[in-house]
Amino acid sequence: MRLRLERQEHVPVLGLVAAPVVALAVTLLVGAVMFVALGQDPLRAFRIYFIDPLTDPWTLQELVVKACPLLIIGVGLAFCYRANRWNIGAEGQYVAGAVAGSWLALATHGTDAGPWVLPAMLALGALGGALWGMIPALLRVRFGASEILTSLMLVYVAQLGLDYLARGPWRDPQGMNFPQSVTFDAAATVPLLLGEGRLHAGVMIALVVVAAATVVLGRTLVGFAIELGGSAPRASAFAGFDERRVTVGVFAVSGALAGLAGIIEVAGTIGQIQPAISPGYGFTAIIAAMLGRLHPVGILIASLALALTYIGGEAAQITMRMPFDVTRVFQGTLLISILAADVLVRYRIRRVEGKAHA
Amino acid sequence: MLDVAVTGAVMASVVAAATPLLLASLGELVTERAGTLNLGVEGMMIVGAAVGYATAYGSGSLLLGTVAGVLAGTLLSLVFAGLAVWLAANQVASGLATTILGLGLAGLIGAPFVGTRLDGAPELHVPGLSDIPLVGQVLFGQDAFVYASLVLLALVGYGLARTRIGLVLRAVGESHVAAHALGHPVRRIRTLTVMFGGACAGLAGAHLSLAYTPFWASDMTAGRGWIALALVVFSAWKPLWLLVGAYLFGAVSILQLHVQGFGLGIPAQLLSALPYLATIGALVAISVLKQGRGAPAALGVPFVPDR
Repeated sequence: MRLRLERQEHVPVLGLVAAPVVALAVTLLVGAVMFVALGQDPLRAFRIYFIDPLTDPWTLQELVVKACPLLIIGVGLAFCYRANRWNIGAEGQYVAGAVAGSWLALATHGTDAGPWVLPAMLALGALGGALWGMIPALLRVRFGASEILTSLMLVYVAQLGLDYLARGPWRDPQGMNFPQSVTFDAAATVPLLLGEGRLHAGVMIALVVVAAATVVLGRTLVGFAIELGGSAPRASAFAGFDERRVTVGVFAVSGALAGLAGIIEVAGTIGQIQPAISPGYGFTAIIAAMLGRLHPVGILIASLALALTYIGGEAAQITMRMPFDVTRVFQGTLLISILAADVLVRYRIRRVEGKAHA
Repeated sequence: MLDVAVTGAVMASVVAAATPLLLASLGELVTERAGTLNLGVEGMMIVGAAVGYATAYGSGSLLLGTVAGVLAGTLLSLVFAGLAVWLAANQVASGLATTILGLGLAGLIGAPFVGTRLDGAPELHVPGLSDIPLVGQVLFGQDAFVYASLVLLALVGYGLARTRIGLVLRAVGESHVAAHALGHPVRRIRTLTVMFGGACAGLAGAHLSLAYTPFWASDMTAGRGWIALALVVFSAWKPLWLLVGAYLFGAVSILQLHVQGFGLGIPAQLLSALPYLATIGALVAISVLKQGRGAPAALGVPFVPDR
């Protein structure tokens, strides 16, 4: 007996919604095997990883705070992936945005600059990310260089640049030689939403981004050009959409959003420049975009789910002395399961009689 | 004579630094010539490094460690093959997933070994040849991995260009529909080439953790898997050019280390960024020169038999 994949004419909507759920279930199953292999009681591990964080108001705030960068970056990546352009360097654009915005925070530090500082920082952050993201796009349209590899290489360059600034010119001279800048002034800090805790106004910006992206992708000609450029490049060319402009455009948008996420994280959650400002948000956001079906609202849900793996990972690290890499294994497994589940929705598996060759 | 000795030592270190790049890119070149783009090289490499180190540390045998590293890389490549070849999922996303999973698994496997050290693979001297000034030092005073990489290069170069297997493999990469019509098992061939790529990446990882820097650190591949991918593009899918590319990159990374040592006032981070900037430069240069020629025609296109 042989099995064969057959493309389905009509992809059931139910399947598209069910696929991520199935993928989550498979990931949990693989996780159980991993916990047993690590010599842990899987039920206890699951409780610490996935249940406990949801029962405590402090960790619930933290969940939203961690989902915020994933969401903003993931929505940007949806622009690229819908157009079938592969930006995998969002982590670098995030850092570039954080650096560009922080420059203003440090330049105005100690002055009594007004409330214009924070909006200007956010704008600079988006601009920095957009410029950094446009490098691979321009190298692609101008020279034909692979945007996948150049965008990734720029991650390392951006991280080293940040490292240099944090240890060199931007280091706080009164900071006991710690590689970090001064703490940002109040005017350069994203305000807290509840007056205390960790929940900052960046979350509101993220929701605005989701709403705007939903409209642009679903209801405008720009969104249509992006979608068509990805699914039917020839038809898109005949329709008069410029392939180069789409490439540069989607990279600029996803870079800008990644940069915005970077400056919000630095000015909202961290409060200063330091050599490490991300636990891999730029890469995890790729999973968020895929898991969320490249739809802004889907990415919102996916970001919360992925943020839970970060929080759970931190809790397991403290209470069970498990390495943080458990989180990466979860995230990798999740992406693999969602890709597999997706295929099984779009294709039908048929038994084929007789002998067919592979 | 001192200058010859110093030059020889520097050149020998260039060869050592280039070897993991050469090994990993050789495997990926074969995978890509058969039409599959596997972005999981970084993940397969680091898993090879972690499993290789753990096995060698536990058993005391570098050979066992190397074999385990190769097997680990191959096993992880099967995850990619299942997704990208058999389920015809998007190859870019599948490769990324493989890398993310590999980085996580390697961190878990390597966690108990942080802070330990091994005696690295010994240099194998060839009697007589190793005593030739410069050449002997650079070519005949290396560890077994370096020799293996050169033998593998010769085998891949010959195999792709001059054997029937190589011809079929290239046919699958140029037009899977035609190859399928001729009765070649496209997906089986692609799976085997993906496994070969995984084995090579695992070997490259084992070289890192067992010979080049004989300890375990969770970020020890430092993007070498991605640079290996770029080298395949740089080589225009020709094995011999991989040698040129890998040794050039080895030279850049050794050079920046030495310049850092001199302390010329250039920020260390800028020098560390050089290999990555050089990769971008090389990708742009080759795209301008080759205009995309040389790439297998079916590269990155999934194959579903009945379409």
